[in-house]
Amino acid sequence: MKISFPHMGYSPIAFKWLIENMGHECIVPPEPSTKTLDLGVRYAPEFACIPFKILMGTYLEVAEQGAQVIITSGGMGPCRAGLYWVMHQYILDELGKDVKVMAFEPPLCDLRDFRKKLRWIRKTGGLGVKEFIEVLKTTWEKVKALDDVEMRSHELRPYEINRGDTTRTLWKAVDFIDAANTVEETVQARREGLQLLEQIPRDNGRNPLKIGIIGEIYVVLEPAANHYIQVLLGEMGVQTDRSIYLTSYTRKNTIVNLEGDVFAVAQPFLGEAPIGGHGVNSIGETILYARHGFDGVVQLAPFACIPEIVAKSILPSVSKEYGIPVLTLFIDEQTGKAGVQTRLEAFVDLLEKRREARLKQGPERLVV
Amino acid sequence: MSKVGIPHTLAYFIYFPLWKTFFEELGMEVVVSPPTTRAILDWGVETAVNDACIPIKLYHGHVAFLRDKVDYIFIPRLVSVRKHGDFGTETFCPKFLGLPDMVRLAVNDLPTMIDVRVDLKKGRSELSNVARHIGLQLGKSWKEVKRAQHKALSVHSQYKKLLGQQILPPRAMEILFGEKGKETMGEEQELTIAVVGYPYAIYDHYINGGLLDILSREKVGVLTQDMLSDRVLNREAYKLPKSLFWYFSNRAVYGALHFMDQQAVDGIIHVTAFACGPDSIVDRLLEIEARHRRMPYLSVVIDEHTGEAGVRTRVEAFMDMLRFRKEGQR
Repeated sequence: MKISFPHMGYSPIAFKWLIENMGHECIVPPEPSTKTLDLGVRYAPEFACIPFKILMGTYLEVAEQGAQVIITSGGMGPCRAGLYWVMHQYILDELGKDVKVMAFEPPLCDLRDFRKKLRWIRKTGGLGVKEFIEVLKTTWEKVKALDDVEMRSHELRPYEINRGDTTRTLWKAVDFIDAANTVEETVQARREGLQLLEQIPRDNGRNPLKIGIIGEIYVVLEPAANHYIQVLLGEMGVQTDRSIYLTSYTRKNTIVNLEGDVFAVAQPFLGEAPIGGHGVNSIGETILYARHGFDGVVQLAPFACIPEIVAKSILPSVSKEYGIPVLTLFIDEQTGKAGVQTRLEAFVDLLEKRREARLKQGPERLVV
Repeated sequence: MSKVGIPHTLAYFIYFPLWKTFFEELGMEVVVSPPTTRAILDWGVETAVNDACIPIKLYHGHVAFLRDKVDYIFIPRLVSVRKHGDFGTETFCPKFLGLPDMVRLAVNDLPTMIDVRVDLKKGRSELSNVARHIGLQLGKSWKEVKRAQHKALSVHSQYKKLLGQQILPPRAMEILFGEKGKETMGEEQELTIAVVGYPYAIYDHYINGGLLDILSREKVGVLTQDMLSDRVLNREAYKLPKSLFWYFSNRAVYGALHFMDQQAVDGIIHVTAFACGPDSIVDRLLEIEARHRRMPYLSVVIDEHTGEAGVRTRVEAFMDMLRFRKEGQR
């Protein structure tokens, strides 16, 4: 069976390994490009959000390469992402592509369906239950390792002396993880990758600005969709912390997870949770970043993303009350890299001025 | 007598008789903002977040109109009105969920807000809780609230019955509250068209460029999803691979599917707001389903700049096409 899946950040490396080791053939989705987006925009509904359009393009590309099944996620709403697979299937059928979109609904909603689909994948691949669990474990380890090296790279990039070192080293680290085949090898690859990153020549005397990245999961996780915003910021000398990683909820060391319930933090501003997607999270996370002394927050969202629009309408009040500047970037197919860069540069200038002003007033004001 | 303000948009068109009766039975005076005007739209555009869709902006405008005329303003947080959908998680658009907070932070000098949370999927007694909650806020006794709730529900079912007789909401409200309006019945109708979409897009005369008036001048009978009972609508659910997450969207889709399969109409017009999230799915879904059934389908997108001429041109072209089609079939 030729199986494919949506592209999201560095995760295809882990999922490719998973599918191949389940005994299927994997059609690796290409990184979203202009061609992907053009295809997606042509066939997707006009007001669908950018993740829908990119996935549409990706699906058409992998269908071209012979994919028979596309595995993706479902959802229970109210974010429309839970209905993506329905619409993608409708549109693929309309275009006469012989592809089945197989969506895993949240197991809490429909456990039977979830197990049925897992079983189908395992059986058609010809794997026993035990081997299957082993494969899943290794995949999970890989996803975690990928997140770890990426996270560290964003911390280190503002200190690099030779521009681009961190990014190039990150690629090497990712290749190590790509080559690993067991849990132990993955742990080893992760360690080697992190070591390589630590060896990058850097200037520890710098005191970079700190910016939190919040918003809708897909545009936050997929650098091709957000024009590599973390790399852009990193190379401007800004340290970034991202609120969402695929493995976020298993972590205890990220800022967003340190304080427990994000919904409770957002409660004074938005009395309803969840409102779908990461709408409430965006509000709560802004507050958390402010409390942890971040200089600013960038909210990333697809154009016309409903939960993020709700968040955006509330964020000015949060920003005022907690004294943290927020830049909202709504991304659509018209968004160009130069536009993003210009706005980021202006935002970073503003934050630097702000920091200078605060330092003049005395250091005690730095403590939030 | 203290006054409670109700904005003339969003869920107004479905629940106004219920709300009005409830508050009046509690001894309140109900003040409704007038149907949308240019000024209300401008206020909305000014106060609401720029990325919001036109209905949400309008809501802000209506609230801004009411703010200095009333003691309370009724902005319920509509979370769910029934248990429905594949996982029983049907809700409203996320903007409805965050609406009271959005309005509170955007519109200044608001009167006391009645922002009760309406989440009826949890069970039958939930409605009484909502009513009691409002009663508490207004300082009314349990007995008064109970009586008002009872009366309100009976008016609501009368209202639904009127809608079921294929009367449009504005006219149905006139009949219900004993106002005089012009009779439109008895005219010869050449064509029948189903107009589906959200109540606040279909029935808001200003924002959709007078679509319903244009149709009635063209001697077209109009059917909308709100004229169908819940039972009829829910029968359509199985036709979709997965039902949608949003109450009004489900109604629009089920209604459209019903009209298509009954072949009771000559065409379908879907009214949708610019950049409406749920409608990006609904619109394409209906387009594809209509094509499969060879049912003429027109999608009318409304935004701040919608003018009557633009809507009329498109509707007239659609009508011409329907007439040609009908003649061809004869």
